[in-house]
Amino acid sequence: MFEYAPAPESRSIVSLAPSYGLFIDGEFGEAKDTFKTINPADEEVLAEVALASPEDVDRAVAAARRAFTGWSALPGSERAKYLFRIARIIQERSRELAVLESLDNGKPIKESRDVDLPLVAAHFFYYAGWADKLRYAGFGSDPRPLGVAGQVIPWNFPLLMLAWKIAPALATGNTVVLKPAETTPLSALFFADVCRQADLPPGVVNIVTGAGDTGRYLVEHPDVNKVAFTGSTEVGRQIARSVAGTGKRLTLELGGKAANIVFDDAPIDQAVEGIVNGIFFNQGHVCCAGSRLLVQESIAEELLSSLRRRMATLRVGDPLDKNTDVGAINSRAQLDRIIELSEIGSTEGAERWSPPCDLPDRGFWFAPTIFTGVTQAHRIAREEIFGPVLSVLTFRTPAEAVEKANNTPYGLSAGIWSEKGSQILAVADKLRAGVIWANTFNKFDPTSPFGGYKESGYGREGGRHGLEAYLA
Amino acid sequence: MTATATSRLSGLPDSPADLRTFLHGLPGVDKVGIEARAAALGTRSVKTSSKAQAIDLAIRMVDLTTLEGADTPGKVRALSAKALRPDPADPTCPAVAAVCVYPAMVPTAAAVLAGSGVHLASVATAFPSGQAPLDVKLADTRDAVAGGADEIDMVISRGAFLAGDYGKVFDEIVAVKEAAGPAHLKVILETGELGTYDNVRRASWLAMLAGAHFIKTSTGKVGVNATLPVTLVMLEAVRDFRERYGRQVGVKPAGGIRTTKDAIKYLVMINETCGDDWLSPDWFRFGASSLLNDLLMQRTKLTTGHYAGPDYFTLD
Repeated sequence: MFEYAPAPESRSIVSLAPSYGLFIDGEFGEAKDTFKTINPADEEVLAEVALASPEDVDRAVAAARRAFTGWSALPGSERAKYLFRIARIIQERSRELAVLESLDNGKPIKESRDVDLPLVAAHFFYYAGWADKLRYAGFGSDPRPLGVAGQVIPWNFPLLMLAWKIAPALATGNTVVLKPAETTPLSALFFADVCRQADLPPGVVNIVTGAGDTGRYLVEHPDVNKVAFTGSTEVGRQIARSVAGTGKRLTLELGGKAANIVFDDAPIDQAVEGIVNGIFFNQGHVCCAGSRLLVQESIAEELLSSLRRRMATLRVGDPLDKNTDVGAINSRAQLDRIIELSEIGSTEGAERWSPPCDLPDRGFWFAPTIFTGVTQAHRIAREEIFGPVLSVLTFRTPAEAVEKANNTPYGLSAGIWSEKGSQILAVADKLRAGVIWANTFNKFDPTSPFGGYKESGYGREGGRHGLEAYLA
Repeated sequence: MTATATSRLSGLPDSPADLRTFLHGLPGVDKVGIEARAAALGTRSVKTSSKAQAIDLAIRMVDLTTLEGADTPGKVRALSAKALRPDPADPTCPAVAAVCVYPAMVPTAAAVLAGSGVHLASVATAFPSGQAPLDVKLADTRDAVAGGADEIDMVISRGAFLAGDYGKVFDEIVAVKEAAGPAHLKVILETGELGTYDNVRRASWLAMLAGAHFIKTSTGKVGVNATLPVTLVMLEAVRDFRERYGRQVGVKPAGGIRTTKDAIKYLVMINETCGDDWLSPDWFRFGASSLLNDLLMQRTKLTTGHYAGPDYFTLD
């Protein structure tokens, strides 16, 4: 066997301070109450991070409010300069930020390096381009910013979700208080440093770290005009309730249980790649993951044997190794949830399979797993697992595929695999999902709007559509 | 189609119409997907001990090639000597897999290689265009084998293939294989002229069904030669063919592979597509000339820690 020797990316490019304060009004404060953020691959403590109190959130919102007057009055072309500068600094520091992201999140370095960071920079470049063209975006002749945006982001793509939130907000003239996820606060704090490097006026971007309570203070803060949240449907519901009737604008990007539909005329080898990419990319910690494979019964056996063979080549392990395909699960809590749902899958009678793989002793790990013989009635076919676990269902006809794909409370994304263009268009037309990929999966681009139907949330991020959430 | 051909494998399509139905019934290849997969495999990081292992394996897989109008006995003798001992300064350096020449040069090369274990491949069948009558192609093949070649690199009639005359291509391969007798048959698809990945997959299956021991990408004589995605399609084809018929077929990318870095990308691709069974000179070859010196240079770098200039490696 041709074994690849360890090829670790050096972590020396990242210098971590022992503790980080909040970034408010252009300054890092002292960290008083703190919590620890750890490397999920080995449970080592990376740094202590400030736990923002309600008073801290008040200060951050006040700073954003003060900065709003000047920032919103700047000509779009001037705001664009800052965004272009931020994008370039991100590119220059991309190696450092990629290593940091892999350390704090557990995702493989090849993904943070080749997917996350290029998309982060692209997002800032893209919205920088809109800043002086807002009058031509189709939202009226004189679109105005909303004010202070309170933004709460998840741990699966910490820096990318930050970019999705901050880039359009700043381009449209809003100011921001952002709360990164409790388990992945570091890249947002490094981003604060990028803002300083770019000479962004104080208060335009504020970063408050903390847990659920900090997020709640922020979204419930009376002086916040706009709330943007990406995360679980459960928390999204609470936010929708708390924001209702306040006049705040709200966008939610929530869970998903996407169907990846493979027809009998699909390009099999590429479909297998797409299935693997759909569910094992980022350890399956992807809201739009293709977690339900719907395969036409006539090719199910052949496709599944190809899929198993392919899964046996997945390399699970050290996120900083350049040859790692599947990294660490982000947290103990998430690992517990994946384990629990997988056990339910077995109990309910689905057949579980994982390739043989050695998992490290320390840290949070879960082998890539597929369940076959899953039906619509199984919990693993209905609930979002948010891990490297694929549920395989079969269908007989295109109509049945569409019915099954839509038979879920979610509607974020879907995939269609077929060599027949007319079939792709006809099926895509009937799927109730915000993003539909044809003969590919998990492809992202800042120019393309992203968002869901039903319990997957509302509003769109990315593209021209993404501006709308930040304009009045 | 001849009866002898159809009896070789059970379940083989047994008429030109069946052959067509069979080839067009193979799953399609998505262009974007296959290119993305090949590019992704190209990002594997192969360093230190695995790089050393890969370099030695790659050297053992080289079909050291000269296919020029200007080839002379002197040139071919020199190349053959290099094939036996690629790095005269280092006895631990393995020999290459084979020397590949035109039929007229076969006896010259055979005289040097005899008894060495290094194979002698000859291109044949009106290489590189294949545009000659069948009897000329067969005579070409018989001459090469009589001169001492134990491997024949034939070209398919791309004209017939593109015209949809799969039966003709099939029959030619069967006839050449018969003419080649004990010699191993490599079938060159000339993928740069086939235009689509779907055609590459069909041509691969066609050649394998007709009895090819190896399928080879290119002659090296057209604009586009071996590429990673094309080779990936062919690796998938040999993998699937063995699964279906139980017979293993080798793969040889040729033309345009010049650096160690490129060669390692191919090895990674075999490793993660077909696995161990193909990671051997019996089942995978590089058709190349300048690749060998880059492999030797990198090999020396790994053992000594520094790069030696080109003058420290023999020309041929």
